[in-house]
Amino acid sequence: MAAFVIRRLLQSALVLGVMSLLVFVGVYAIGNPVDILISPQADQADIARAIAALGLDQPLWKQYFVFLRQALSGDLGKSFAYNIPAIQLILERMPATLELALAATGMAVLLGIPLGLWAGLKPDSWAGKLIMGGSILGFSLPTFWVGLLLIMLFAVELGWLPSGGRGPTTLLFGVPVSFLSWEGLRHLILPAANLALFKLSLIIRLTRAGTREALLQDYVKFARAKGLTNARVIGVHVLKNIMIPIVTVIGLEFGSVIAFAIVTESIFSWPGMGKLIIDSINVLDRPVIVAYLLVIVSLVILINLAVDIAYSLLDPRVRLGAATS
Amino acid sequence: MMVRRARFVLGCLLCAALSLAAAHSAPAAELRIGLAADVTSLDPHFLNVAPNNNAAWQIFDALVNVDANTRLVPGLAVSWRAVDATTWEFKLRKGVKFHDGSDFTAEDVVFSLERPATLSASPGPFTSFVKPIVAKKIVDPWTLRLKTAQPYAMLPHDLDSIFIVSKKAAAGASTEDFNSGKATIGTGPYKLVRFARGDRIELVRNDAYWDGQNGKLASWDKVTLRILPEDTARIAALLAGDVDAIENIPTADLTRLKANPAFRLEQKVSWRTLFLHLDQYREHPPHLSDKSGKPLAKNPFMDARVRLALSKAINRKAIVERVMEGNAVAAGNLVSPPVFGHVPELKPEAYDPAGAKTLLAQAGYPDGFALTLYAPNNRYVNDEQLAQTLAQMLARVGIQTRVETLPASVYFAKARAGEFSCALLGWGSFSGDLALRALIATPDPVAGYGAWNWGHYSNPKVDAMLKQDFATLDDARREALAREAARLALKDVPLILLHHQLASWAMKKDIAYSPRTDEYTFARDFRPR
Repeated sequence: MAAFVIRRLLQSALVLGVMSLLVFVGVYAIGNPVDILISPQADQADIARAIAALGLDQPLWKQYFVFLRQALSGDLGKSFAYNIPAIQLILERMPATLELALAATGMAVLLGIPLGLWAGLKPDSWAGKLIMGGSILGFSLPTFWVGLLLIMLFAVELGWLPSGGRGPTTLLFGVPVSFLSWEGLRHLILPAANLALFKLSLIIRLTRAGTREALLQDYVKFARAKGLTNARVIGVHVLKNIMIPIVTVIGLEFGSVIAFAIVTESIFSWPGMGKLIIDSINVLDRPVIVAYLLVIVSLVILINLAVDIAYSLLDPRVRLGAATS
Repeated sequence: MMVRRARFVLGCLLCAALSLAAAHSAPAAELRIGLAADVTSLDPHFLNVAPNNNAAWQIFDALVNVDANTRLVPGLAVSWRAVDATTWEFKLRKGVKFHDGSDFTAEDVVFSLERPATLSASPGPFTSFVKPIVAKKIVDPWTLRLKTAQPYAMLPHDLDSIFIVSKKAAAGASTEDFNSGKATIGTGPYKLVRFARGDRIELVRNDAYWDGQNGKLASWDKVTLRILPEDTARIAALLAGDVDAIENIPTADLTRLKANPAFRLEQKVSWRTLFLHLDQYREHPPHLSDKSGKPLAKNPFMDARVRLALSKAINRKAIVERVMEGNAVAAGNLVSPPVFGHVPELKPEAYDPAGAKTLLAQAGYPDGFALTLYAPNNRYVNDEQLAQTLAQMLARVGIQTRVETLPASVYFAKARAGEFSCALLGWGSFSGDLALRALIATPDPVAGYGAWNWGHYSNPKVDAMLKQDFATLDDARREALAREAARLALKDVPLILLHHQLASWAMKKDIAYSPRTDEYTFARDFRPR
């Protein structure tokens, strides 16, 4: 297992290197932030001076080399627009995004598995049909639209919940979190529900399909023949066997929830990393873009690793060493 | 495309619900304002962009302030005058206290004027405003003399952009110290409580504000500026009662907001003017050809008749009414009506497609030609629709027009590199001569003229007049010169003027705001009604 983890991490380093180069070349090709941020009154000399001060007048390979050298010593550069270290900027927004992603994933799992199980066990009941019908909606409605509808209904019309923003935060193990206070929870409900909707539908469908398949398997028939209680058959025999695809999807989706929370964060003015990256792309704030993508890629790699390890715990037949060959 | 369509649909839905929305407007001691752009830093000397300056204006003052009509008014300087051709003398306001209780002095001014040059790593530095100053002399604690190398009329104007910080608090301070509030000690109407980057800025009233005795003390003792860049989110926050006022209302929502009795709108003509730059310096500019795609013998934009024809082909009234839904004013000037140097008798070019065709025929293009109109798609109000409309209007007089829109981050780099021959630009300027210098003067990197003159229009008479203008220290004479230069230049149609945008604010019905031409949202200008 140790060898597996080490090999994985080495591969990851390579991925990160290639990605930073791609982003660097990409942003370089688009332009530079001075053209966008310089004041109208600046003359040609001011513009040239600002470009030189940020090192953007250097050839690309030189800029990349400087970046690499600093990155290897742990410094991803200062944001052009914020004038503070890019990594600090991202880490300060990360708790908000992680909180939102965890809340959304939690909602999706806690609701999705029981609902999917129900729909799988009683596919012909009206409840089962209703669940499946609802999941189609969850799949097909665009996040943007659903988010605005939620705001319209619960914030504007009913006035039950705030229309956006993050509630007051308290420190939990040094991390600012908002879910510990009532006000914070009220702010969290709508964006988390909006973000959860797609995953919820996905988990419902996966669980249902898995359940329907498992119910036909010999081991389930055998368990029933043995006279086990229905609860034990479903809770242990069925559920444990359908968990592998579900865990995979939850893991993969968690990565994408973090990376693509952008839309939800924008509509709900949630001060997370997604909002930061949009702003940074708009002004070509390269240090932030590079650092953000490095952080996201690292997170996704770590999550995938965790998923692989979770497999082996759920299913002892899976050997981690073989997973990479 | 998907997102945009969803956005549109939802925008409509939001608006439909407007009439049902109740504004829970219990009189609160706190005013919550939704801002439309992110504030990257509270260091008032780091990045010269509107959202940051807007935040700084709540906390800091400049020597010279600007009123709602972009005219100069005394700030921390009570008066200023030119002692001789190259020396400006500023009389400072007495008895002003910083937020920490310390006295405001000439030392703080000198420190603040020197600080921008020490912050080198900025993509939008403030150094252009202080670089004409070659020497600073504190004559007595309330008198400061600033020397320039050449006679320079714009110095009081430029000093409107330099915020005065406390030397004691800001000496050696980093951007981070300003964000944390440690160094954010100003003299302005509000004091900083907390800056939560990307989320909100919390302020509390400065009860010792120097302008307070003139009845200018801020009305609310607490103000929260919420960062809500997404249009629909900002409007929803207003409708839901989560904020009391918002800035920058999309045109599609304005009509419906107007009809809603729970809210009020304030509008004012903005300082931003939109126009098309036309390439007038290259024999064969890119994206310009005859209708079959073959290159033209010469550049048609070098002929003033063609430029005038383009201008006549544009129905500005229709643009204002349809594309801008009434939220713009047709432009006949480079600067909008309240601004220094505006020439009232210069009217927008009248819509005259027949005249345009005649002019094109006279210039040797009876069948017209083909061009590509470039525009940003996320910079100005309805910029993409504007470009599409312009293309259709040009097509009607025989100029086959293709539209290409790009995000601002891509657009400006390409425009600066000269990749376009017909390009949309929007411009806000505090004075007509500054706009002329940047947009119409012959490009000259040494003198700093024509930095944004993408089309390279060149008229030595205008250049000479501008040089004289900037050396004229008397405001009335300078304005006369600025007007004359504008008249002379615009006669040649150096660029195609389109319209001035209107700036809009929406608020609960029991709140009033004095709208500003510079589009800033000042918490102190909100009053209960």
